[in-house]
Amino acid sequence: MSEEIRGMNERVRILRRQSENTVPAITAERALLVTEAYRRYEGKVPAPMLRALTFKHLMENKNICINEDELIVGERGTGPQATPTYPELCCHTLDDLDVINNRKIISFEVGDDVKKIQEETIIPYWQGRSMRDKIFSRMSREWLDCYEAGLFTEFMEQRAPGHTVAGDKIYKKGMFGLKKEIAKVLSGLDFANDPEAVSKSEQLEAMSVCADALVAFAGRHAEKARELADAEKDARRKQELQQIAAACERVPAHSPRNFREALQYYWFVHLGVVTELNTWDAFCPGRLDQHLAPFYYRGLEDGSLTRERARELLECFWIKFNNQPAPPKVGITLQESGTYTDFANINLGGVRPDGSDGVNDVTYLLLEVIDEMRLLQPSTNVQVSKKSPDLFLKKAGEVIRKGWGQPSVFNVEAVISELLAQGKSLIDARCGGISGCVETGAFGRESYILTGYFNLVKILEITLNGGKNPADGKMLGLDTGNPEQFESFNQLLEVFEKQLRYLIDIKIAGNHVIEKLYAEQMPAPFLSLIIDDCIDNGRDYNAGGARYNTNYIQGVGIGTITDSLSSLKKHIFEEKNFTWKELIELLSSNFQNGEDKRQFLIRKTPHYGNDDDYADPIMQEVFKRFHRTVDGRRTARGGTYRINMLPTTCHVYFGSVIGATPDGRPAGMPLSEGISPAQGVDLNGPTAVIKSASKMDHLLMGGTLLNMKFTPRVLAGNKGLDSLTQLIRSYFILDGHHIQFNVIDADTLCEAQKSPEQYRNLIVRVAGYSDYFNNLSEQLQNEIIARTAHELG
Amino acid sequence: MKKGFIFNIQRYSLHDGPGIRTTIFFKGCPLSCWWCQNPESISPEADIMRQPERCLGCAACMEVCPEEAIRVGETGPVINRDLCARCLKCAGVCPAEALEAVGKEYTVEELVKEALKDRFIFDKSGGGITFSGGEPLMQPDFLEEALKAFNREEVHTVIDTSGCAPWAVLERIADRADLFLYDLKLADDLESRKFTGMSNRLGIDNLKKLVEKGAWIKVRMPVIPTINDHDKNIDAVAELLKECGFDELELMPYHNLGTAKYTRLDLEYRPGTIDTPAAEELNRIKDRFKTQGLKILSEDD
Repeated sequence: MSEEIRGMNERVRILRRQSENTVPAITAERALLVTEAYRRYEGKVPAPMLRALTFKHLMENKNICINEDELIVGERGTGPQATPTYPELCCHTLDDLDVINNRKIISFEVGDDVKKIQEETIIPYWQGRSMRDKIFSRMSREWLDCYEAGLFTEFMEQRAPGHTVAGDKIYKKGMFGLKKEIAKVLSGLDFANDPEAVSKSEQLEAMSVCADALVAFAGRHAEKARELADAEKDARRKQELQQIAAACERVPAHSPRNFREALQYYWFVHLGVVTELNTWDAFCPGRLDQHLAPFYYRGLEDGSLTRERARELLECFWIKFNNQPAPPKVGITLQESGTYTDFANINLGGVRPDGSDGVNDVTYLLLEVIDEMRLLQPSTNVQVSKKSPDLFLKKAGEVIRKGWGQPSVFNVEAVISELLAQGKSLIDARCGGISGCVETGAFGRESYILTGYFNLVKILEITLNGGKNPADGKMLGLDTGNPEQFESFNQLLEVFEKQLRYLIDIKIAGNHVIEKLYAEQMPAPFLSLIIDDCIDNGRDYNAGGARYNTNYIQGVGIGTITDSLSSLKKHIFEEKNFTWKELIELLSSNFQNGEDKRQFLIRKTPHYGNDDDYADPIMQEVFKRFHRTVDGRRTARGGTYRINMLPTTCHVYFGSVIGATPDGRPAGMPLSEGISPAQGVDLNGPTAVIKSASKMDHLLMGGTLLNMKFTPRVLAGNKGLDSLTQLIRSYFILDGHHIQFNVIDADTLCEAQKSPEQYRNLIVRVAGYSDYFNNLSEQLQNEIIARTAHELG
Repeated sequence: MKKGFIFNIQRYSLHDGPGIRTTIFFKGCPLSCWWCQNPESISPEADIMRQPERCLGCAACMEVCPEEAIRVGETGPVINRDLCARCLKCAGVCPAEALEAVGKEYTVEELVKEALKDRFIFDKSGGGITFSGGEPLMQPDFLEEALKAFNREEVHTVIDTSGCAPWAVLERIADRADLFLYDLKLADDLESRKFTGMSNRLGIDNLKKLVEKGAWIKVRMPVIPTINDHDKNIDAVAELLKECGFDELELMPYHNLGTAKYTRLDLEYRPGTIDTPAAEELNRIKDRFKTQGLKILSEDD
């Protein structure tokens, strides 16, 4: 596989190539501007206004970049792949910068000038004052011990809450319109009787400043485009630059009038959100096909747009996403999310607010764009409802079976049920979808924050070790004594749940502190403009201003823990093939001199993923206990805790901190990912996997992730395509939330591991996203190779 | 109640009838085709498959074998097949599945429970149950009872057969199956005797009778290079099909995915090596059938 040339025409091909071939690099621009703004305003204005003035300073001073021949403009950094840092969240040390520059994968070029600025200007101002420093200094000893042991991760330690998606209001209202809304709420504040009126007015004034700042940012693009147009010799490009200028003069100040302005408007909003703070999952237009459809059809009707022109604009738009790698992560956050992908995940299909089928011609056009562009970003998914035509699913299937992991597939009825079960209105639920990897949310109206992965298997490990971490003997959980005292399997489950509750309490106590820190010190007035009902409530997004506020804790390793418990139930309690002492010794020695016993444990234990009536109920037990421990608790912002089941790359990290497990898994090996079975133990084919997976009650959660690997032969021909769509529909009848596919031979992957330079373009599905195989750590590559590939019998 | 002897239940089968199916493989076959890719299906008795590369050298199999038929050496377990009484104890104790038992008894009730686990996808895909093997007709009583049970569940049923059984057997079940996938390999009787170990007369006669009885039948021919891909056989098969009133035929190109199983069973793979048929070779065969007036179905149809 040599370099691929993709794109519908020369313009797109050049832009795509620039995006793919530019090495990600750190730019100090944002860090410098933020530091200047803080020097000027910190301590003189309330926190929301400090953030708003900082945003304004950025929008008024950052470099304006218009790339040659592009049609949609605006970069977060100084140019494509130039990536800013966010010292107010995470102030990188010089060592961090060296690591970021030198590491083998997910590296960023760090120039000497950047290092110098960091050393002389950024570190002196921010050291000890970043959110990261504040968070770690306020966590309890227990929290820090658990964090260091790999019991859980913490999303907000170096990136900000975000985890949200734009709704449709920006296509109907410009920034000036939003300012009018703000003014109306401000004028209605009752300073005599509402004790929160002061803080509301501070928030609202900050939002208003941000609205103007984004308009100014667009205006600077218009100016620059006019300058370039004046100097341009080529008549066609001159005209294009004038059109760009006209679009930037119109949006975001006012609502968009056509297809191009709609895309350009969203893109300015996107840049606003990801420049204001380093939000998780960047930002996302959500239901792009439905938002664009009115502009598309109107354009075709009045002759101002053709399908090909729309395609070109979309391909240019695609490149903008790919130009923005996820800002550099360090430490455990890198391990839980080791990728350049920033998880903007565009939803196609679904249903309209009135419940009718949402598939339209833009949906099909977007599928063609996804296939043509074959870029890591944006991620894409199809939302399949019972009303979706088979043609939609088949067209998606044709892209899926090409093997690079996109789009993933979601069950609209499940997503709606999940949202309704959480108390959302039916209309808000229909306007929802998924973001990031698989996370359910009400688009434009909800803040749904992932707070950290939770290592279910590690809890079992400490349960088997009397509350201690066998790695270093440190007491992490409750002292629940020697497992030899457990009289029954059920008692083991009860002790497990006790440990789980104790550790979840530690995690949530930490979350409360972090939420309060963000609410008070790191408001997001620009994002608050975009998400309802922050304006109406006069409250910031990070302080619970959204209509719905949900916090998630994500369970990892359900396959591995089920198989481990299944092994204990069978071999200790029922068949007594091992004593506790023998088994614990076997595990602590990592099966040294016990390969026969390890093989016995692997082969004589019923595994999750086989539609097995012994193993699957154990999975349900674990699920039930995890769910009832977390679900329904209150968050500091006045929201509710929920669970979901996804790992990103955390199953590799969590596996690395756990010794050998009773399912025969050697120490340090990755855990099962998402709700997929442990690697290589699902032997009854794909239908058995989806049966097992659907025995978990997906509708009680906010997202599950099921990966499936096929050899290309299985999905070949019409019958192969039909069987794929039937498998998906059948899983969804069983209330499955999500399914995604790798379609590749293990031989190809092994070959790619040996000769990476030959496989530069090989893209595979990891967890809720696709990535270049070469961008994955060796452990993760091996984990993907080890997943069961379903073949023809 | 009689039990069935089954060696595999394969879910998500895409090429043994319409839709997504669960295929039940019956153990035992009257034929012994040279190219068979399921050699473990042939014997009506249980078999032991050997995968020495999995062996950990624990020698538990050697200790448990009442016939002293197993030696465990450097290269894993070796079975003296003449001494082996097929008691399967060795497979029971092997921790690594280096020795595996092939063949398991099922009651009709157990089989139905297992085979209907994928019912949800039969409904969605227009699939169902396929009886294959081996030769399902070799266990007629069990097959009939199983068919009755699946009929009661209103599940689509397919029988994948060579038809090599007494007509009385086929007659009993003809009305109970929704579709027959009928294997036709060689038209010439002498060649049949040589390469399948049995005359083809019975199969051909039964095919004709089944047609008369009005059963739904789809005829399939495996394409085995050097064995049945010659013009004489193609013409004779075409003639035979037309005589029975068929106007279409599905070709199943030979694959060699099961060849390793011969070593695991300590059996000789008689053809040595056969290549999978090349695309142009398949096209030649298809064209020849077409000129004989037959429509050729691919696995996709």
